[in-house]
Amino acid sequence: MKILVAVKRVIDYNVQIRVKEDGSGIVTENVKMSTNPPDDNAIEEAVKIKEAGKATEVIAITVGEEKSQETVRKALAVGADRGIHVKAEGIIEPLAVSKILQKIVEKEKPDLVFMGKQAIDDDCNQTGQMLSALLDWPQATFASKIDVKDGKLEVTREIDEGLETIEVNTPAIVTCDLRLNEPRYASLPNIMKAKKKPIEQINASDLGVDITSKIQQIKVEEPPKRQAGIKVSSVAELVQKLKNEAKVI
Amino acid sequence: MAVLLIVEHNNKELKAFTLNAATAASQIDSEVHALVIGNNCADAAKAVSELPVVKKVLQVEAVHYENFIAENFAPVIVKLAENYSHIVCSANTFGKNLMPRIAAKLDTSQVSDIIKVVSQDTFIRPIYAGNAFATVKSNDAKKCVTIRPTSFDPCESSGGSAPIENTDAGEEFTTTKFIKREEIKSDRPELGTARVVVSGGRGMQNGDNFKLITAVADKLNAAIGASRAAVDAGYISNDHQVGQTGKVVVPDLYIAVGISGAIQHLAGMKESKVIVAINKDGEAPIFSVADYGLEADLFEALPQFLEELNKLNTIQK
Repeated sequence: MKILVAVKRVIDYNVQIRVKEDGSGIVTENVKMSTNPPDDNAIEEAVKIKEAGKATEVIAITVGEEKSQETVRKALAVGADRGIHVKAEGIIEPLAVSKILQKIVEKEKPDLVFMGKQAIDDDCNQTGQMLSALLDWPQATFASKIDVKDGKLEVTREIDEGLETIEVNTPAIVTCDLRLNEPRYASLPNIMKAKKKPIEQINASDLGVDITSKIQQIKVEEPPKRQAGIKVSSVAELVQKLKNEAKVI
Repeated sequence: MAVLLIVEHNNKELKAFTLNAATAASQIDSEVHALVIGNNCADAAKAVSELPVVKKVLQVEAVHYENFIAENFAPVIVKLAENYSHIVCSANTFGKNLMPRIAAKLDTSQVSDIIKVVSQDTFIRPIYAGNAFATVKSNDAKKCVTIRPTSFDPCESSGGSAPIENTDAGEEFTTTKFIKREEIKSDRPELGTARVVVSGGRGMQNGDNFKLITAVADKLNAAIGASRAAVDAGYISNDHQVGQTGKVVVPDLYIAVGISGAIQHLAGMKESKVIVAINKDGEAPIFSVADYGLEADLFEALPQFLEELNKLNTIQK
């Protein structure tokens, strides 16, 4: 069984982002970048399945500018076997990413495609579901537990009401929740070894898919700032303020 | 052309956020048609026909719609989409799972999680955990839009009498099978719509200590929330998580207890009307968004808080 895992390079989750003064976007120069957090869970799960002897190969793929390769290299350092970097500049919308991934899936013929449920930059939460639609495959989204069975997966999904369990036949798409597993850190020897693993580079323009933006970003602005509040000195004062000032109890 | 609102329900009743989604749909276009897909869902169709903003109800029934599997829903919606300019539903786990499957089939770039309708093609949506608001214009002929329910008021739920039309079901998608749903039943108000939310974080130290939160929540008729750290640590189940990858809540009163206030948590609660933070670390970022901050050990403060609340006899329900 072959698993393709899609990863995205995003601004690190600990960085307090800044909006550009001209409203054209977010400042990304000299900002720490890393792998989209739930994509780390996706890689971890694929590697664990391979270590359990249930998969033969794990391929990490990313779509993006030259530096996005770092994200694939990191996936190789934690156990992916080889990488694919589809080069494309600028904002690539989830629909375009899923069209690119569809082309790669047709070529690589994986049994499973894993990715994070949502990227923490655009917060779209679309790519996995869109890829499933294009391929007409089952989609197991927001997965917090995966059991690999013969030709099938049993997946526990996190939903608003609690948990849902579904069974999907392979080939299938799984989008991973942060609670799926605890991603490992890459050891130094594995980071060194990862440098020797192959990363195939493909130009998005060579795949024959239209990736032009269909959504125009008119402006990006800071949300209204919340007024700083006050510190109260005791529980009694807090309750008095909530009752008499804020009038919420 | 009209807007097609995908109704979220449990085959009997409407899910509360359908009313918020209906409001957003009516802001896009006054001709709102509601689509109810389910199994034996006539009650839900009847309920949605009573929303005054809904002009027509389409009802599609089949056994394989019983459990709301997106793979079964999408083909029906894609077929009906011919007659509509917009497809709209809530950006909760139901809509997040379903809408992109529809959008991709329609070759449309979806606009996720909007907080404001500027015009029929332009919307405002939060990005980067709500640390920026993007105004975006969709250039697709057909628009697929999910809405953040807490950013739109619920519409009136009675007084309307839209006609209900039955529509043909689609085929079953056989390679996805529903096994079970474990819903956490509770008498409390729902987290997404509660007037008061009391949330606990890693500072609670274990699941048992959440009984301190429960006691205060009982007194205030509040829903119980949690930070991701508390859910990850197993103190409480995932349906309580507030934040970027959990639920977004906008209560009148949000009480954060033992929560440091990571960017990802703030994303889910910082629009609350009044925020209270109780934390022993005076430097915790949660204080930067709190209207009232109490720097204290929660294990002393919570019992005192309950005691003070008990002295009041005017708690609003």
